[in-house]
Amino acid sequence: MNAHQQPTGSAYFLDTSKKTVETHTLAVVADNEPGVLARIIGLFAGRGYNIDSLTVSETIHDKHVSRFTIVTTGTPSVLTQIRHQLERMVPVHSVADLTVQGNSIARELAMVKVAGGGEKRMEALRLADAFRARVIDASTDSFIFEITGKPDKVDQFISLMVPIGLVEVSRTGVAGISRGPEGMKV
Amino acid sequence: MVTGELMSGAEIVLKALADHGVEHVFGYPGGAVLPIYDEIFQQDKVKHVLVRHEQGATHAAEGYARSTGKCGVVLVTSGPGATNAVTGLTDALLDSIPMVCLTGQVPTHLIGNDAFQECDTVGITRPCTKHNWLVKDVNDLARILHEAFYVATHGRPGPVVVDIPKDVQFAKGKYVGPKNIEHKTYRPQVKPNQDAIRAAVELISKAKRPLLYTGGGVINSGVIASKLLREFVKMTNIPITSTLMGLGAYPASGKNWLGMLGMHGTYEANMAMHDCDVMINVGARFDDRITGRLDAFSPGSKKIHIDIDPSSINKTVQVDIPVVGDVAHALEDIIRVWKAKSHELDKKALAAWWKEIDVWRAKDSLKYRANKDVIMPQYAIQRLYELTRDKEVYITTEVGQHQMWAAQFFKFEDPHHWMTSGGLGTMGYGLPAAVGVQMAHPKALVVDIAGDASVQMTMQEMSTAVQYRLPIKIFILNNQYMGMVRQWQQLLHGNRLSESYSESLPDFVKLAEAFGCVGLRAEKPAELDDRIREMIKTPHPVLFDCRVASLANCFPMIPSGKAHNEMLLGEDVSDEEVGTAIDAKGKELV
Repeated sequence: MNAHQQPTGSAYFLDTSKKTVETHTLAVVADNEPGVLARIIGLFAGRGYNIDSLTVSETIHDKHVSRFTIVTTGTPSVLTQIRHQLERMVPVHSVADLTVQGNSIARELAMVKVAGGGEKRMEALRLADAFRARVIDASTDSFIFEITGKPDKVDQFISLMVPIGLVEVSRTGVAGISRGPEGMKV
Repeated sequence: MVTGELMSGAEIVLKALADHGVEHVFGYPGGAVLPIYDEIFQQDKVKHVLVRHEQGATHAAEGYARSTGKCGVVLVTSGPGATNAVTGLTDALLDSIPMVCLTGQVPTHLIGNDAFQECDTVGITRPCTKHNWLVKDVNDLARILHEAFYVATHGRPGPVVVDIPKDVQFAKGKYVGPKNIEHKTYRPQVKPNQDAIRAAVELISKAKRPLLYTGGGVINSGVIASKLLREFVKMTNIPITSTLMGLGAYPASGKNWLGMLGMHGTYEANMAMHDCDVMINVGARFDDRITGRLDAFSPGSKKIHIDIDPSSINKTVQVDIPVVGDVAHALEDIIRVWKAKSHELDKKALAAWWKEIDVWRAKDSLKYRANKDVIMPQYAIQRLYELTRDKEVYITTEVGQHQMWAAQFFKFEDPHHWMTSGGLGTMGYGLPAAVGVQMAHPKALVVDIAGDASVQMTMQEMSTAVQYRLPIKIFILNNQYMGMVRQWQQLLHGNRLSESYSESLPDFVKLAEAFGCVGLRAEKPAELDDRIREMIKTPHPVLFDCRVASLANCFPMIPSGKAHNEMLLGEDVSDEEVGTAIDAKGKELV
């Protein structure tokens, strides 16, 4: 009768293993029916999975099919579990782990507002040119840049804008697609 | 009904139920479902069973579904009707019980206005259903109802909710029949991959210490799956254990039966799990009550896992050969390949394995100290089993010690005869479940093995049993405690019995009389048999107050965080702990 001596005093066995965490990009094709986004978010919240980024839009209008790109972090077994949990949802057609498939592209769009004058204004334009960001709005003392690219390129651009006079940023989150002629099962 | 003829939404609901062969609906009326109730009144194909609380309706539907293999159907109103159904929906989700729950909703133009008896039913039930729908157009209603039945009963079964606003129930729309209606995209894999089957057969054929670990998936797969399982055991002579949910798939009288495994499983079952070299998981999901400490779970075995739900595979335990598909299909394929290759297990190794198991069996881990003066709860269930074994008997339970003792001491010979809340562990499940079972099997003996605390959670359903003349037997193992809570407090919290004593228990015999049914009481072992016989003979619902030892503990037990080979056996408990306390508490209350 030594159960009381165990450290947790709990019914559950505590997992203390520290496995390496990876970041993966998942593509999900699902029916665009009411509540489908809530279902997917609820799955992540309810089972304690992470969402680093989530984008969604209807991609095939006449079939009411939406495509989600979800960036998530977890141990390899958790990432597999996330894929299976998504796959068994009734409105979900197919799920692809773009990171496992390897050959894929991820892009993000950001609008970056920078304010300031004089030399800082010139510096902002020079950096924007180097990053191929476009000016989509300008006033006498501010710019809004549109930048598209891999998330780390966007990160880099934003961090460079901080000392110049970064005001605010609006980012879309990541959209992903695999290279080559094949598409996802719809 | 001519296709294309206009019907009201409420008519469509009843037509769809009839077309799916629904005979019984468990429900409770209210403002937002009155049009459907009006249709129920005007037809006689679908019989409505009026419960006393919506939770009761869901558990009754679960009992009905689990004892028949059919889909349970529930009908409740909006707001509180729907929220009261949430416990039963979650219970059905965790135990994979097919259920269609129809909820009324406020009219579409009022949704989102905090209308009277409005709640976000699809939002609330999204995480506790397999899928749910809000019907906004009456012309979608028939299709959605057919999809609902399809989703609830295909793949891994589960509960679904169809939320129907009141204006949609009144609106006129077209009815389409259920013929060929499936969900437009949902197609669960039923037939297993043949490479996986061949690999599984190959692995089993080389095993020296094989073990079958079966679960609720065998029951859900239908009677045929149990037949195939028995055939495979007979062919191979592999020992077999089962989870709580899988009891009855293999007969308890079968010679290969090791008893239930897990936290309160038998010594031989858990030791065999720990020491086997090939584990064949058939329709079970490596639940934490089964595995105990994960890093010490069956360390030396290669594992085969047959499951219809791919997300169950490698969720907690990494397996070597996953087989995704329906249990019956998988077993059929395994048996076919096994025969085609004329495989035979290594007879010598298997004999040695059985010898080892026999040593564990000889421990007789379920033994308990009999008592002449006080009814031991284990004894009560043994007597209940012995005195009912010549009958067609269905057992339901509540949740707690009595549930584990029922699983340990009642011997189940057939699938679909054992209804219990396994995954969610819902106290109050058994009584309404018994109502549902008796509705489906009017001639059978239906017994709810209950505890004094659990039974009070859904006690009001006795009134349902009386109304429909359902002669259910509520066999209460009354120890005046929330026994399992008390046992854990004794084991883990220095015996500080915080709030686990059942203060002010009702007089169950008088309560039975108040409900208009029969109350019986047994206080001494000597009178137990006669009282049980009286209970069986009574053609009415019975509340049986079986006064049992107050402080008996449920053993064997794998303490939390321990491995299968670190079980606590009953003999570790001292006489004083059980004996003295019984006298004090027992006399005080008698």
